[in-house]
Amino acid sequence: MRLVASTRKISRLQNAFLPLVAVAASLVICALLIALAGANPITAFGIMLSAAFGGKFALTETLARAAPLVLSGLAALVALRTRFWNIGGEGQILVGAMAAAWIGARTSLPAPLLVPCMLVAAALAGAALAALPATLKLKLGVDEVVSTLMLNFIVMYVMMALLSGVWKDPVTGWTDSPDILPAAEFPVFWRGTRLHLGVLIAFAAVVAIGVMLQRTTFGLSMKIVGENPKAAQHAGLNVSRITLFAALLSGALAGIAGAGEVGGTQFQVIASISSGYGYAGIVVAMLARLSAAGIIPAALFLAALTTGADEMSRQTNVPFFIADAMQGISLIAVLVAMTLSRYEIKFRTVERTPHS
Amino acid sequence: MSDQIPVLVLSGITKTFGKTVANSSVSLEVKRGEIVGLLGENGAGKTTLMNILFGLYRADEGKVFVEGNEVNIATTADAISLGIGMVQQHSHAVSRHTVLENLMLGLPGKNGFLDRAFALNRLKEIADGYGLRLDPSRVVSTLAVGERQRLDIIRALFRRARVLILDEPTSVLTPQETEGLFSALRSLQADGVGIIFISHKLNEVMAITDRIVVMRRGKVVADVVNDKTVTSVTLATMMCGHEPDRVQRIPHTRGDACLVASEVVLQRDEAKKAAHKINLTIHSGEILGVAGVSGNGQVALAETIAGVARAAHGSISIDGDIIENPSPRRMQQAGLSYIPEDRIGAGFVSTMPLKDNMVLSRFSYPPFSRAGWIDWGKVLSFAESQIAEYDVRPPDPQMPVGLMSGGNQQKAIVARELAFSPRVLIIAQPTRGLDVSAIAFVQRSLITLRDAGCSIMLISDDLDEIFQLSDRIAVMYEGSIIWETPIEQATVASVGLAMNGSNPALTEARA
Repeated sequence: MRLVASTRKISRLQNAFLPLVAVAASLVICALLIALAGANPITAFGIMLSAAFGGKFALTETLARAAPLVLSGLAALVALRTRFWNIGGEGQILVGAMAAAWIGARTSLPAPLLVPCMLVAAALAGAALAALPATLKLKLGVDEVVSTLMLNFIVMYVMMALLSGVWKDPVTGWTDSPDILPAAEFPVFWRGTRLHLGVLIAFAAVVAIGVMLQRTTFGLSMKIVGENPKAAQHAGLNVSRITLFAALLSGALAGIAGAGEVGGTQFQVIASISSGYGYAGIVVAMLARLSAAGIIPAALFLAALTTGADEMSRQTNVPFFIADAMQGISLIAVLVAMTLSRYEIKFRTVERTPHS
Repeated sequence: MSDQIPVLVLSGITKTFGKTVANSSVSLEVKRGEIVGLLGENGAGKTTLMNILFGLYRADEGKVFVEGNEVNIATTADAISLGIGMVQQHSHAVSRHTVLENLMLGLPGKNGFLDRAFALNRLKEIADGYGLRLDPSRVVSTLAVGERQRLDIIRALFRRARVLILDEPTSVLTPQETEGLFSALRSLQADGVGIIFISHKLNEVMAITDRIVVMRRGKVVADVVNDKTVTSVTLATMMCGHEPDRVQRIPHTRGDACLVASEVVLQRDEAKKAAHKINLTIHSGEILGVAGVSGNGQVALAETIAGVARAAHGSISIDGDIIENPSPRRMQQAGLSYIPEDRIGAGFVSTMPLKDNMVLSRFSYPPFSRAGWIDWGKVLSFAESQIAEYDVRPPDPQMPVGLMSGGNQQKAIVARELAFSPRVLIIAQPTRGLDVSAIAFVQRSLITLRDAGCSIMLISDDLDEIFQLSDRIAVMYEGSIIWETPIEQATVASVGLAMNGSNPALTEARA
């Protein structure tokens, strides 16, 4: 017996359904995990579904949780479009959050300017953090997967140092940054929910990035650079500049995700301000098959997993970490589905020929 | 020897890709010691058939017999163990390894160790038997293209190939090297090896083969003994179904100097002590043919003039204006178009639709975009009109370029670059891998462009083409232009000499 792989082509319709197939496959695997934890998978999924989408509170909570995933997913998407492997979304979210928290606590700024300044500062901080590995890659050929990933840890420990140093609460001793000013809190546009300005920005960003990728010369340039840098160079495109801009845009989007968490949810920097949104963004972009329109369902899926798993762990004895497992399994399922869509793999018995 | 059992028989081979029928019940036979020419336009199904034979594709229907026994070829390993050897156009040898190491790749070895003694012995047998000699200790990257091809042939014989498939073997060789290849093939033939010789060059097929099989649209349309009744016209007619029209260059009065490269030193030669300075002038309405064995700096020269590679020294001007710090974009703006040899690698983004690729170098300018916004309507109408004018098939602007045939890719890139009436066109290997009608089309486009006053630099490994189209000819050798002459004063022999590094003018003077 041996494995034989041959290439095949699939239709556009099949292609569009691939992520759904992958998600279904990951749900089946997770059902096994839930059963292993001693709960009925059907009941558990039922709890998750109603906790994520059942009613106004559940639905808006899922949307609010989806916001940072949407932005982080867009950040991964624009970087991956130019084949700049930005694994540094987590660090860029953290510097964005820190910049927003720092601006948001400034009494010296006029109150109406606080929110816009927080957003701009967070975007600049994220972009600046992405500029470093991008420049290293373009000037010196330093592998960005390593440099962006390592920067995440540096930023995280710098943040921890701040939280247990200058930002530590002098009274309680908690490792949280000072609260931002009330005027710096993002306005909530639906009373009684957590749908704040950051959520609106996230969904608007999907439209903006989608239009940019489809309709602008910059969007097309990014695609050309990502698909074939040599052809891009021959066509007269400035490959380095386009890659750098994409990296800066990616960092800025991640930074804004951090600002949203500070301005709309936590109102301060806490140690778990991001809790993996940066990495989850890569999953979102892959589930979305690198299309802007796909970002929203992909982010909603992951957000629903976390809100749902929260509730499920409360009602059953399945631990919350099942959400992380499902996230990982769904990513692997999508990658496998993408590979299987291109190759047909068969087991075949070898017939020995008379000459060999 | 024709009374013997054929060494290879393909019977009723059918292969479809989706709705496209690549091979429709194709039958082909090769006897011991027979050289069979396989001719056909692009998309005629030659490559598909050979890929089936070599285990890269599986046939939907049909049988393969080797020496009378039906065989099942599912992988290249099956094909090799059956004694089928393939020599592809571009060598797939490991370039950092030596000749001997490449030959030992994939051999079983002895007790888990490489069997050098066996390999050396076998190499000597092949050298003595067929005159195919190669130093086993040389690193492949130091071999010339012709030597690499010899390595591929030796490698096939090493595995005791009884059928040898050569896919366009002469396209990378000088005329002298081609002669060497032919004499090696004749001695293989005398030893009973069956050979399938795939080529677009009709005169070579007529010179070397015993029998010629012509394919058209997936079917065998002719299977003829190569005798005196076979002419290039009859073959070409069988290939494309109608009589071909050969593009004729009509001498044309040239205009003023247009493209001038002065004292240009190629980047790759910068480190050399005596780096050659290239001086080159192409007049308006003139085609300069650049000949040379591939790898002698033709690509570097083209890329340097096109702004893709930086010159180590020297300047380039168009119509008298020196272009400062040449970049691809600056050269485009100065009126230069460049069609690289590597169409899929450098000329297109193969995953993107044809319409996007039709504006790859122009979408940042009006009318295709304004203030950064792309006008997809304009892009689509431009793509449609160029597709219609240049008869690019299939005429589907949404088709990813990578799924189109080589000939149509070349038509598309010519359509793209000629759409904006360039002042200077640099085109490398314009007809490589193209079929007869596509070649005529591309060549006619070049002549028309020349007559309209464009300066054209034509880089080609196909000497026939250089002689057919050029007004002047320049030969490159080791990064410099070793010889330049009006086409009327060039002969195939003198150009061949220059390609090997000796200046014919000096050689003749000495003689």
